[in-house]
Amino acid sequence: MGNNIKKNSILIVDDEEIVRESLTKWFIQDGFRVEAAEHANAALKLMEKGPWDVVILDIKMPGMSGLELLKRLREIDKSSQVIMATAFASVESAVQALKDGAFDYVTKPIDPDHLSHLVANAIQQKVLEDQNTQLRQHINDLTGSNEIVGESPQIKRVIDLSLTVAQTDTTVMIRGESGTGKELIARTIHANSARRYFPIITVNCGAVAETLLESELFGHERGAFTGAQYRRKGKFEMADGGTIFLDEIGTVSAKMQIELLRVIETKQFTRVGGNELISSDFRVICATNRNLEAAIKDGSFREDLYYRLNVFSISIPPIRERRMDIPQLAQFFVSKYAGIMNRPMKEISADAMDLLVRYDWPGNVRELENVIERAMVLADGDTIRPTDLPFQNVVKHDAPKDDTLAAIERQHVEVILGTTHWNITHAAEILDIDRVTLYNKIAKYGLKKP
Amino acid sequence: MAPIILVPLSPVPEDLIRSLASPLESIFRTTVTISDQINVSVESVYDSSRAQYNSTFLIKQLLENYSAPPFAGEKILGITSVDLFVPILTYVFGEAQLNGMTGVMSVYRLDETMYGMDADPVLLFERTLKEAVHELGHTFGLLHCRSFECSMHSSTTVEEVDLKSAGLCRHCSEHIGIK
Repeated sequence: MGNNIKKNSILIVDDEEIVRESLTKWFIQDGFRVEAAEHANAALKLMEKGPWDVVILDIKMPGMSGLELLKRLREIDKSSQVIMATAFASVESAVQALKDGAFDYVTKPIDPDHLSHLVANAIQQKVLEDQNTQLRQHINDLTGSNEIVGESPQIKRVIDLSLTVAQTDTTVMIRGESGTGKELIARTIHANSARRYFPIITVNCGAVAETLLESELFGHERGAFTGAQYRRKGKFEMADGGTIFLDEIGTVSAKMQIELLRVIETKQFTRVGGNELISSDFRVICATNRNLEAAIKDGSFREDLYYRLNVFSISIPPIRERRMDIPQLAQFFVSKYAGIMNRPMKEISADAMDLLVRYDWPGNVRELENVIERAMVLADGDTIRPTDLPFQNVVKHDAPKDDTLAAIERQHVEVILGTTHWNITHAAEILDIDRVTLYNKIAKYGLKKP
Repeated sequence: MAPIILVPLSPVPEDLIRSLASPLESIFRTTVTISDQINVSVESVYDSSRAQYNSTFLIKQLLENYSAPPFAGEKILGITSVDLFVPILTYVFGEAQLNGMTGVMSVYRLDETMYGMDADPVLLFERTLKEAVHELGHTFGLLHCRSFECSMHSSTTVEEVDLKSAGLCRHCSEHIGIK
């Protein structure tokens, strides 16, 4: 909200009532102080209530024309930015208006996107000087919240690295298993960078069909392909000034890898079906859970793109490697969903917390969040209990009956089978043995699927 | 919070409107109902010179139909699928009375097929919800927000709609008294 920011002011001068009304409403909702005048004399009177940051001035009005009024307004206040508007555009009137000091010239009806940008540009210089300090503080407040939860040395290291690299404009690659919070780290880097006053644009490269990814990233011109009725901006264009977060970068095709390499190097591109070269100032953060080094070896990922992206690497540890953070994370999600569901806070019983801490979380923080959300729905009363958790297959970590290697191995195999719901392939991967060996161990220890 | 009434203004995908009720109740912490007393015709606000529909006139019609009891004090959002405009602009996604009773929105330019893409019902629902929150936010007195992810952020293109969330930021939530 612009609560803490001085309102910019706009004076609308137009003889049509419906135009004055709709523009007044439009700019009031955008947070401007607005006055409207139906003719030149009324506008000149309203100049006493100025200074006005922007004046939108109709050219064709009864009495004194817009072009004449423009000269008078410039004599009174040169700092006002005047945008001339007309339903009857002509080169002569446009040239004359610009010569007489108008900021720009538009034809009615005006494209709302164009109008927004036009007014924003007109007041930019003035606003920047007056509001820079307040705006920075305001956006700091908005983006300052930190959802990265945990006290373990592993996660603290990740946070430290994120805050360090945030101070630079370096390209960052975030590695980590699915659900570890790669996007959250990307947002943290952005929110603590000098680019935080501009947006972070997320593109999930794996979720967009190959044929659409090019249009998604670079935009397209009207008529670029059948059905493209309107021009569309791409994600790189939207990220101008900010950050583009390319998630699942390991999934992009060989052709798109070449395009990405070129755009990341030059920061220039053309929209699909267009010729205009567009420049965009963006920072790249990418993420993957794929082994890109192996992908380079098997030829499915370009080495030059890898080195361009992997300038600064941050690896997020899976949750099973930082179990001490699980209680804090669980409490965080309980609090979050209590707010979303408009329900009172619940406690997590000691038994339930014990289960949460011992579970191996193949889906990492995302899975933990889903489990807590589900438990918040299921739990009766004010406590989340083991019966509210979907962990029937988890085997308890009782101390082995003896200290022999076989007893310890038996228990470990049993735990892994439980956490993977007896998915032999997955369990064998975690244990780093082949499936046949795992079957042999299951037989040897007489383990049975529950 | 004042109760919200959604008014389907034919032509409109009614399933889509029904699916808005629950998330809007969560966001505004108030009851949301779907009106079946509809005496508003979008055809009457058609402007043949522009082949579009005047949203300001639609708001006036909604006010005439819903300003008397039992609707007084409630927030009315008309939803249609025709292309809306106000005279000075080429189009609008929606329009609302600031701190008033009524708003109107259209799904016309929120639909991926308008941009040559395949239909995406999930994306259409998300965009519709964001726009509904935005216009209702104006009726609750909210101005445009500077947070890129707040639903009250001004968006004049679908790309900007996609950038924001359906929720209100902390500042906007507090401004209208929801935490």
